[in-house]
Order: sequence, then C-alpha cells, then structure tokens
Amino acid sequence: MTTESKTQSEPGRVETIDQVVIRFAGDSGDGMQIAGDRFTDESALIGNDLSTFPNYPAEIRAPAGTLAGVSAFQIHISDHEILTPGDAPNVLVAMNPAALRANLADLPHGGILVINSDAFDERDLAKAGYTENPLNDGSLSAYRVYEIAMTSLTVEACKPAGAKPRDAERSKNFFALGLLSWLYHRPIVETEGWIAKRYGRVPLVVEANTLAFRAGYNLGETTEIFESSYEIAPAEHYPGTYTNVTGNVALAWGLLAAAHLAKLPLFLGSYPITPASDILHELSKHKNFGVRTLQAEDEIAGIGAALGAAFGGALGVTTTSGPGLDLKAETVGLAVSLELPLLIVDIQRGGPSTGLPTKTEQSDLLHAMFGRHGEAPVPIVAAKTPSHCFEAAIEAARIALRYRTPVYLLSDGYLANGSEPWRLPDVESLPDISVEFATETNATAADGEAAFWPYLRDPATLARPWAVPGTPGLEHRIGGLEKRDGSGAIAYEPGNHETMVHLRAAKIAGIAKDLAPVEADDPSGDARVLMLGWGSTFAAITAGVKRVRKSGRAVAQLHLVHVNPFPPNLGNVLRSYEVVVVPENNLGHLTRLVRSDFLVDAKVMSKVQGTPFRVGEIEKAIHEEIDRLEKQDVDRPDGPRARNGKESAL
Amino acid sequence: MTDVAIPQTSRKDWASDQEVRWCPGCGDYSILSAVQLLLPELGVRRENTVFISGIGCAARFPYYMNTYGMHSIHGRAPAIATGLAVSRPDLDVWVVTGDGDSLSIGGNHLMHALRRNVKLTILMFNNQIYGLTKGQYSPTSEVGKITKSTPFGSLDTPFNPVSLALGAEATFVARTHDLDRKHMIETFRRAHDHPGASFVEVYQNCNVFNDGAFGAINSKEARADMLIPLEHGKPIRFGASGEHGVVSDAQGRLHVVEVKDVGEDALLVHDEQRADPGLAFALSRLATGPHEPTPIGVFRAVERPDYGTLVDRQLVQASERAGPGNLASLLRSGATWSYD
Repeated sequence: MTTESKTQSEPGRVETIDQVVIRFAGDSGDGMQIAGDRFTDESALIGNDLSTFPNYPAEIRAPAGTLAGVSAFQIHISDHEILTPGDAPNVLVAMNPAALRANLADLPHGGILVINSDAFDERDLAKAGYTENPLNDGSLSAYRVYEIAMTSLTVEACKPAGAKPRDAERSKNFFALGLLSWLYHRPIVETEGWIAKRYGRVPLVVEANTLAFRAGYNLGETTEIFESSYEIAPAEHYPGTYTNVTGNVALAWGLLAAAHLAKLPLFLGSYPITPASDILHELSKHKNFGVRTLQAEDEIAGIGAALGAAFGGALGVTTTSGPGLDLKAETVGLAVSLELPLLIVDIQRGGPSTGLPTKTEQSDLLHAMFGRHGEAPVPIVAAKTPSHCFEAAIEAARIALRYRTPVYLLSDGYLANGSEPWRLPDVESLPDISVEFATETNATAADGEAAFWPYLRDPATLARPWAVPGTPGLEHRIGGLEKRDGSGAIAYEPGNHETMVHLRAAKIAGIAKDLAPVEADDPSGDARVLMLGWGSTFAAITAGVKRVRKSGRAVAQLHLVHVNPFPPNLGNVLRSYEVVVVPENNLGHLTRLVRSDFLVDAKVMSKVQGTPFRVGEIEKAIHEEIDRLEKQDVDRPDGPRARNGKESAL
Repeated sequence: MTDVAIPQTSRKDWASDQEVRWCPGCGDYSILSAVQLLLPELGVRRENTVFISGIGCAARFPYYMNTYGMHSIHGRAPAIATGLAVSRPDLDVWVVTGDGDSLSIGGNHLMHALRRNVKLTILMFNNQIYGLTKGQYSPTSEVGKITKSTPFGSLDTPFNPVSLALGAEATFVARTHDLDRKHMIETFRRAHDHPGASFVEVYQNCNVFNDGAFGAINSKEARADMLIPLEHGKPIRFGASGEHGVVSDAQGRLHVVEVKDVGEDALLVHDEQRADPGLAFALSRLATGPHEPTPIGVFRAVERPDYGTLVDRQLVQASERAGPGNLASLLRSGATWSYD
C-alpha cells in the first residue's frame, strides 16, 4: 500500500492511497467469498481497477475451525491499471485462528491485521494448532493489529431483528464487509440493496445482514479504532462500458455469443465438476437464448451428447476439468475421425487424479495436445485473462466450425473464479463465424448417379462438408473406422490410411494460415530475454515485465492464445532472442513444445503450488536471466553474443 | 417441407450401396431385412431418419441403411443419440446396439436414456456373446459359459435386459427374435411409434460363436410351447392350441399352467399400460433364461413426456418470461459503469 499522504496520521483522517490488496479469510462457513464478491462490486462501482482471487478448500464443509477449512478471497484495487490480484495482502481480515495461521505468513510486516477476537477461544486456538493465543503472546507485534469482537458485536446488532444468537452470528461476514467498506470508503447503499435482493425470500436474514453490515460500518465511523480511513481514486480507463466478470461467466457468455455469431443453436453436454460447473450453471440460466444444456450421466455422455448435437448441426460444447478430461479422450478421437466441430472446454486444476480440485494449474496442455490414441491432432486455444475467456470461446468456435474439428479451449481455476473489470465489446463488431451446411451432392457414383461424398474436402481449408440430417439427397454414414479419402466409405488399404493421417494433420497445421503473425512486445527492441507464456500466466508475466522495464532494463514478452497450431512466425520470433523463459504452472509443457518444434533453448520457469505466479517471482527471474547474460558478456567479451542472437539471425 | 407428400419408398430405397459383411447365416441379416421392410410403411423420410450405433457386430447396421448414420464408439450410442434427438426433435433417431455394447461398456448410457425418456428407438441385438472380438462371454451369457476368456466357465450372473430396462424407468419395453420377421416388424413398428424412449431386446443368433443360444425356445419345433406372445388386454396363453397359460398367485408370483387345470378365467390378462411396472417386471422374470417358456412382445408401453419435448418447453417458457436472448443486454446484466 503506497501512502501518498506523508503527514502524521490522526483520528478521523482520510488518506489517499494508490492501491491496496485485501484478503478476507475465515472458515469456509464464514461467508468470506460473499464478503469478497460484494467488496469487489463496491470497488467496481467506484471505478477502481481491480483483480480478484478466490481461494477455497475442496471440502464443502471441512471441520469448522480447522486449517483445512480456511477459505480466502483476495482483492487488489487501485487507481491505475493492474493485472493481478497482488502478490501479498496489505490487509488481512482473519475471522478465526485457523484463518490467521493459514494466511499470516503472506502478510508483510507492518501490514494491517483485522481480527475477530471472539473466535480466539481455547477450542478454536487448539483446532488451528496454536498452543498460545497469538493475540496475547506478542507474536503479532510486527503487524498493525485491530482486535474486534465481531461475533458478539454482530449478535448485539441483530437483536432488533429478533434473530437467535446462533443465527445472528452468521451475519458476521457482513459486519466485516461493513467495517472494510468504511475503511476504504466503499459505497454502501448498493450493498444494502443487494442484500435485500439476494436474501429477499427470508426477511429475517435481510434484516440481520443489513444490521450487521451497518454495525460494521458504524463501528469504523464512530469509534477511533482506526487512525485513518483510505480513499482510492478511480483508475483511468479507456472510454466504454465496463462490468466485472469471472472467467467462467465470460466463457459461458462467449459460448452464447459464438452460437449467435455462427447462427447455430448451442448445445452443452456436461457433468458437474469443479471448477468447471459454473459454466453449466450460467448457460442453464439463459435458455431464452435457445441454449440446450444437458447435465449428463457422466463425462463421457456429456461429450457424446455434444458430438451428437454437432452431427445434427448445433454448436456442440462440453465443459470439464481434471479427471473429466481423461474420460472424454475417446470421444475427442471420434470427433477427429468424424471431422465434426466440437468444443472441449477444460478448466485446468491440479492433478494427477483428483489432485487439487479447487486449485489452479496448467498441466493439461500436453494432454490436450497428445492425449489420444492414434494420430489425432486437435487445435488448442488458451484464454489468458478472465475477460479474455469471452473472446477465446468465440475463436475456439470459429476454428471448430471452419475446420470441422474438435477444439480444446483451455482455461484454469485461476481464470475461472478470478474476476476483473471488462470493457464490453460492441456486439455488432464481433466476427461473423457462420459456415454453410452442404445442401447439394458433390460427386458422381459409379452408376452415374449424383452422390454425396462426406470426405470430399475444401481445397483451401481441407475441411469436409457438413451435411446435417434432414438434408434430402445427402444421406451418408460416418464413423470411427478409417474411411476412404473423398467418398468416406470404410477403407483399410495401407496407402489410404497414410493419406488420411496426413490429411488430418495437414488440416490442423493449416489453421496457422488463418492466424495473424505474432510480434513480441519489445518496446526498446533491445531485449535479450523473451518471456513466453500461455494461459493465465499473462497477468503475472505482464506485470513482472513492466516492473523490470521500470527499473531500466529491457525484456520482451510474448503470450500465446493459439497453442496448436502455433502462429505461423513463432519460430522466427523465438529465435531472435538469446534466452526464452517460459513461466508455466506445470513442469514445462509449452517449453517442450517450442523446444521440439523450433529447436530453441527455451527454459521453463515452473510453479506447481496450486496458486498463480506472483509478480515478484517473475520479476526476479527476469533480472536473474539478464544478470546471467551480462555476466556472460563480461566473462567472454569476444564470444558470440548468443547462438540464437539477432546478429547471427541477420 | 411438411406440406410435401412423403414419397412412396420400397425396401431398396432404404438399403445403402454397401455390401453387407456379417457372417453368412448371422441373425443380423433378418433384423436388417425387417427394418428395411418396415421403414417404407412408417411414413417417414429417409433424410429425417438417423441410425446411431456403437461398436460390435450389430453396430455395423447404420452402414447398410441409406439414411443418415453414425458408427460411433463402444457403448456410447445412447449418449450421442441423446444429443442428436434432443437438439433435433424433427428427426427419427434409432440406436442399434448389442448386449456387450449396451449392457456392459455402455450400461450407464442405456439406463439414463431410458430414464430420461429420450425420443429414441433402441434395438438391442442380444446374442449372449461377444462376436466381433471372437467369442468371449457377454453380460447376458448364462453362468458357466465356456469361452476363450472363461475356459473354466463364466462366474457372473447375467443381466435380464427386459428387467433392467424396466428398472431403468423405461416407458416402452419389448422383446422379439430374429426368426420371426412378422413379429419383429410389428414390434419395431410399435417401438418406433412410441412417443419416448423405446427398448426392444431382439434375441439374435450368432451362428459362429454361440449357435443355437435361443434354439430351445424359438426353433420351429419349440416355438409354440416355449414362446409366450404378450397381447395387450388379452389372457396370456400359448401352445399350439393355446393350451398353456400364465396365472398370478396370491403373492403376485407368476406361474405357467395348463389352461384346462385352472380354467380360462383364471389366466392373467396382459396390461402393458399399467402405470406400476410390477406386472411387466414379473413377466420379465417368468423365464430364468432362454430355455424356459419366455414372453415375447410388448411388456410395457406407458406414456410420459419425452425429454426433448420438456427441454423445448423450458426454452419457450424462458423466452416468454425473459424475451428472446439479447447478447448486448446479457453483457450488461450485472453491475456496469461507464467512462467517457
């Protein structure tokens, strides 16, 4: 938190700061996600730039008060453009001892600690593994600690509503929200309206939550617990209308948009799985768009139904995560063989097996690339920010429809649940991605009759015609058996199989012709290190690169949306840097792909902790690479500047 | 399109140009004939007819039909067909499957297609053996079956497909066999006309790996005394002159009796429309295998809204309630703010 006002704080004082990172942490039953979501909306209303990161346990109700049950929501708000939810909080709200213990290590010394002191009784301390009460043993002396009896103050505040104490306690998240809303000058009328709408069915709950929210706000207003309160000015924004979206909502809306732009009905076949289920939930709300959502009996049926719908002329989509991806592999192979459009949306999470269901990872890229038997190439599109999920969904659909192929659309837990303000696109400006169904015969059979050959390809795209049932005269059969080039009849001849394998590969490789050449972001043109990324690492890499440039050093950045096929000039771009570093939340998936495709000495910067990269980690890694290169120059002043250097490229 | 009269077709219009490649003597040939003979009588269009199959001998079926078709992957045909039928209610979607395909690897999908009552006509060719993989026992093989994978005899209790379908909330369940073309055609017609998911078990002879599996009940000589034709509203009786019958005891257990011993009035009257599936289920358990008198025909035919119709109804209701979907409004449906 940067304080612009340097004068001595005094009670009632308002300071203007440029940004702050706040983490709400409590038991998973404490409603921290709701408090965080609401604080996010309040901040969006002010016009701050923001980025959020919910982090919750896999267990719905882990034993209350334990470390396993801690749920947290981090929000970064600022008066300037930001990209990430922040490396470390400036403010930690801890609703119980477990929340304190699980999160304290992230809070830098001097940080603000707002603690619900009521929860620090012997039992809860023991559950969190404390032998001494940290509120009394001096262990928090490095922080600015505010002990507030939130539970009892909430119960007291809710008395006029007539709520029983046990029930009233549950409103303490709104007490905390009210307090923080005062501390950071958030608008409160809208939150009261929101409470009334959200809990409208139970008037008692509306009243209790409203009373608790006001009590928290008033505590800040009327007491002198806090030396200052803080204002954060609205950020500068491009003109336009904004909304705050999570990646999963943006992705669901992107699918609706894609179907609209393709002039096709949308069909989603899906099986509930964390963290992908919210896409199913969101699409199920919008049946007035004509979207049919099927909660299938399993992951296999989800993709099977989507493929069946695609055969019938719908934009077929399946959504999944983790083990669900494995189960769908067989059907993806069938779709490769049938050459029908299909979207497989994978919200990546930590693996293997059940792994870390609620934590983010990028470890499915090689599965999407190679995870099928036989030669079965599939294009891959990766979203890079929560709002970019919208555009990525449209692009994935475009490729699927134009090339009649299954496409993997990769997102991850961080994008799915994280949110950011999104400047809404002009709907009219979105691309037309519609394709024509076949309506005419295209060949002549041996008997001289007009015939329809389902595998007679478009010479430009190598896509086969999409003839949907209901079209007279184009009746045909397709299947998973190898088929003859052109006619599509079952064929086992060795030469034909080789032709078909190469055709399918060439079709997918040829998608690159459609893709714009990429250019590294290298403002000075002097960079020797290129930071190459894909997916959700975009925010941390971009912010890290900015910091390094601020320090006066040059570094280049390139972020891929198309991971298969790669953009057409990628190899040349990579080869023009001495060092290519690939930050990935895996052990080096993209790294392997670019090394094998382009023979460049790319190195992975790996992190697999279920959390995204911190900006500081990226920043440090870039400095280390530049330091290493500079040291190398000193050690070998006459040596080649780099094997892949720009000079040698010229 | 609906205004244009449906063209008269004949069997050959429904046959594709593909050479049929089942083993000579396979029961699948007669099932294919029955379907190709029936379709011209159904008043349906070739272009609106789709056959979806999984993997196995039966799964080659779509290749031989001059309609739209998909030969998909093992066990998944009901799932794929669900997506097609739900998104294209205008189509006539058939699923052709086998005992391994539908009851082993694809058991889950079959159950759920039946439970949802998706508008599908499911023909399950039961030959009690894995034919395409050359003779392993199947989930309908009798206990003790000696096959390549069970040289000392199979150990697992077989499924009774009709019982299974009834247990899965199927609204139409029937059984027929490959040696009676007329019975097949009539049963398939009923199945096709049923407004929801229909399931037909077809006893089918695999003359290579399990020859004569049903011979004890459907050979010319055995048929009269071993097959019990079910006819709605009629007393259940069989035998060359109707001398055998089925009665229910006080506990609801069914027994095969001689009509002369109990009198005609004591015979159980078949009711395929009974809401409670208990009678149909009891009938499905009358024979413990195809070596005892076995009911054929329609066990159950009740009406329940089909899944696709219900899905579409929700789409219409949503549009009525919220107006047709508007993308620009959707993007602004949360809190928004603007900068100039």
